[in-house]
Amino acid sequence: MITADPVDVPYVEEFRFTPEYLEKVKALIANYPPGRQASAVIGVLDLAQRQEGWLSRAAMDEVAKLLDMAPIRVYEIATFYTMFQLKPKGKYLLQVCTTTPCWLRGSDAIMKACQHAADGETFSVQEVECLGACVNAPVVQINDDFYEDLDEASLQKVLDAFKRGETPKPGPQVDRQTSAPEGGPTTLTSATLRSE
Amino acid sequence: MPKIKIDGVEMEVPAGITILQACELAGLEIPRFCYHERLSIAGNCRMCLVEVKPGPPKPQASCALPVADKQEIFTTTPMVQKARKGVMEFLLINHPLDCPICDQGGECDLQDQAMGYGFDRSRFHENKRAVPDKELGPLVKTSMNRCIHCTRCIRFATEVAGTEELGATGRGESMEVTTYVEHALTSELSGNLVDLCPVGALTSKPYAFEARSWELAKTESVDVLDALGSNIRIDTRGAQVMRVLPRLNDDVNEEWISDKTRHAIDGLRYQRLDRPYVRKGGKLVEATWDQAFTAIVDRLGKLEGSKIAAIAGDQCDAESMLALKDLMTALGSPNIDCRQDGAKLEGGPRGSYIFNAGIRGIDQADAILLIGTNPRWEAPVLNARIRKRYLHGGCPIAGIGLVDDLSYPVERLGMGPATLRELVDGKLGFFEKLKAAKNPLIILGMGALARSDGAAVLALARDLADKLGAVREDWNGFAVLHTAAARVGGLDLGLVPGEGGRDVEGILAGCERGEIGAVYLLAADEIDTKRLGKAFVIYQGHHGDAGANRADVVLPGAAYTEKPGTYVNTEGRVQLARRAAYPPGDAREDWAILRALSERLGKTLPYDTLDQVRDRLIHINKSFAAIDQQQAGGWGTFGAMGPIGDAMFASPIGNFYMTCAISRSSRTMAECIASREEFAKRSLERARRMG
Repeated sequence: MITADPVDVPYVEEFRFTPEYLEKVKALIANYPPGRQASAVIGVLDLAQRQEGWLSRAAMDEVAKLLDMAPIRVYEIATFYTMFQLKPKGKYLLQVCTTTPCWLRGSDAIMKACQHAADGETFSVQEVECLGACVNAPVVQINDDFYEDLDEASLQKVLDAFKRGETPKPGPQVDRQTSAPEGGPTTLTSATLRSE
Repeated sequence: MPKIKIDGVEMEVPAGITILQACELAGLEIPRFCYHERLSIAGNCRMCLVEVKPGPPKPQASCALPVADKQEIFTTTPMVQKARKGVMEFLLINHPLDCPICDQGGECDLQDQAMGYGFDRSRFHENKRAVPDKELGPLVKTSMNRCIHCTRCIRFATEVAGTEELGATGRGESMEVTTYVEHALTSELSGNLVDLCPVGALTSKPYAFEARSWELAKTESVDVLDALGSNIRIDTRGAQVMRVLPRLNDDVNEEWISDKTRHAIDGLRYQRLDRPYVRKGGKLVEATWDQAFTAIVDRLGKLEGSKIAAIAGDQCDAESMLALKDLMTALGSPNIDCRQDGAKLEGGPRGSYIFNAGIRGIDQADAILLIGTNPRWEAPVLNARIRKRYLHGGCPIAGIGLVDDLSYPVERLGMGPATLRELVDGKLGFFEKLKAAKNPLIILGMGALARSDGAAVLALARDLADKLGAVREDWNGFAVLHTAAARVGGLDLGLVPGEGGRDVEGILAGCERGEIGAVYLLAADEIDTKRLGKAFVIYQGHHGDAGANRADVVLPGAAYTEKPGTYVNTEGRVQLARRAAYPPGDAREDWAILRALSERLGKTLPYDTLDQVRDRLIHINKSFAAIDQQQAGGWGTFGAMGPIGDAMFASPIGNFYMTCAISRSSRTMAECIASREEFAKRSLERARRMG
């Protein structure tokens, strides 16, 4: 966990929100009563990260300025949540769940494959705790989407697609609707309820 | 008033207090780390657990739980004991066992409470966590392995000091207390972090490995490095002052002191005058007291009174100033002044030169106007009090003059006396706010008074106070904030020019023109000594600073830690300082030097003991009888209507860390300045890079 200003990151002179992102920032701030703009900090940090790809100190300082907070208060939040990346990451961040259910369903192999793919530019890999999709273990979160029910081969397919610039379909990578049984539902098969 | 039962004893307590406070009222001590009376409640150390009925069947953090009627509280049950022991075991899991090399040893809350709740061995067999130390500047040393995350330091910096620089980054086991971007703390109150830290994570850097708390002699005294008169405890080992700590006094400094008060004390070791000197052939030569006195008698004896002058310094005790005044009167000289900076305060009614509202009065003020003052540098602890008032809400604050970042927002009305006149005439919007306030407070600084049109500014401020109804039976919102610890005492004793006498400016001008033959400097270093011309200069003081450099005879006196003395702070509170150590070498108490000299001059002063001097103090001014009491001074006409200049008001303090002979001699203060300059340079570079 990063708890001090990292030194091994590119120096970012200045950060400014683009007009599109600034609109979103304003919308976020407007969610809160006047004078409570600091409540928007997590959302605004997320926007900064989406614009920049990671959170540089310049970006955090800019957020602090926008929300009229002391910079340290922003640093505290950014270092607390693992969703904030304080070092540059590849285009796709592979967050591999290795908590017990995923691990039982073979997350070790998934992890290995992800690590193999991680080149720092297209893919970066991160080990995370339970993503809350245990029914579909093993799971990898790639940027905003979950890719579920993976094995080495299906993961490779997903990664290859990303590499080609496509966006593969998120969700289960087996024949399964969300977390319903494989091969189709086994209960509630008809649309109407019959009383007997 | 809720009725509660604590350990079976029924009692009635004020509504709205916490269970921990109620237990304290009952005389029970609840162990705690994160809870502190003057900081917000965090409730994160869990050491103050008690059992509360009715409530969930588990221990409750008493610091964060308000009392309620018919509550039953148990503080000694097995459940409480077990819970606290558990908390202590967790706290000690990551705490290093380095008490023998820890500066907090002997005055450590964790050490003390581990005696009560600690287990004699650890059941934790994994490695303890290691945390990198932080660089927080020249005053605060860190050893972050010892940190137990009570967050007192973070809350102090954020709430009291108003410099939001410390925070907790990361989380869980990785949590660290840090500034994130490494830099020295920018607060003038940072030394208090060391007092607040319940463990040895933050310790005093200048005091590191110097002494153990139990080998120090402790003397309760009063600080003189600013005019606030903070109550301090001086810890000495032998003749050396090892450290200064704050003493509780809710009326003055609560429990904080400024970094200068705390850390300038190493200046007491350097540049000291420890024997008399007499100038021979252009050089100061060591002499005996007898030789020094003879040299003085030779010169002063021949001069008539009007050619002799005396200037009292900013840190003089009332006793020595009284002796100086009496001696000058005996010599027939009306040329005496205690206002080195030329502040236009003429004595007059006491209400014209003290902080009438009292420092405690700041809490009741509901609109504050700062005129020509930068309280953050002139009296950092008082500034923290204004900030406290600001945080409480409903108190607009405005300033006239150069106003820096004071740690609270200040509406800038304008720069100089013209703005003040507009305000008096009701032309500015802030006038209405002051008018609407029940207890308006006008803080008048030396930046507004120590200038040629100071008397006119004083009259304007007085006018404003009258117009606002700020001076009433129950409230006096006219407040002069001094920068010199001796000033109010000097004015109380009438150390201003007598009839036909000269003030500091007149004395210096007289010296230049050769009209003044001899000048007695009582620890006065803040004057332009080049202007003393050919006058015969006697310097009595404790440091070889500007005054001693120019002097023809040097008489070694005592610093504030080395003599029993009476000081009157800016609010007119008379406080007693006690001797913590003896002055070095041949140096003596100041009033006694003047008494001895008077005998040689054939004008023996009528007192032989300190008690007799103090009797005379009271005889001269009754206010000296009221030790440690404060009340508003008398009101009347003062100041002088006259032309006002257009120069802006600027605080007389350009450099917080060096304002007197002691702080100028202090290496710690020099390091603070270097660290500030480094910080300023880096910020400037950063700003330049960003264009």
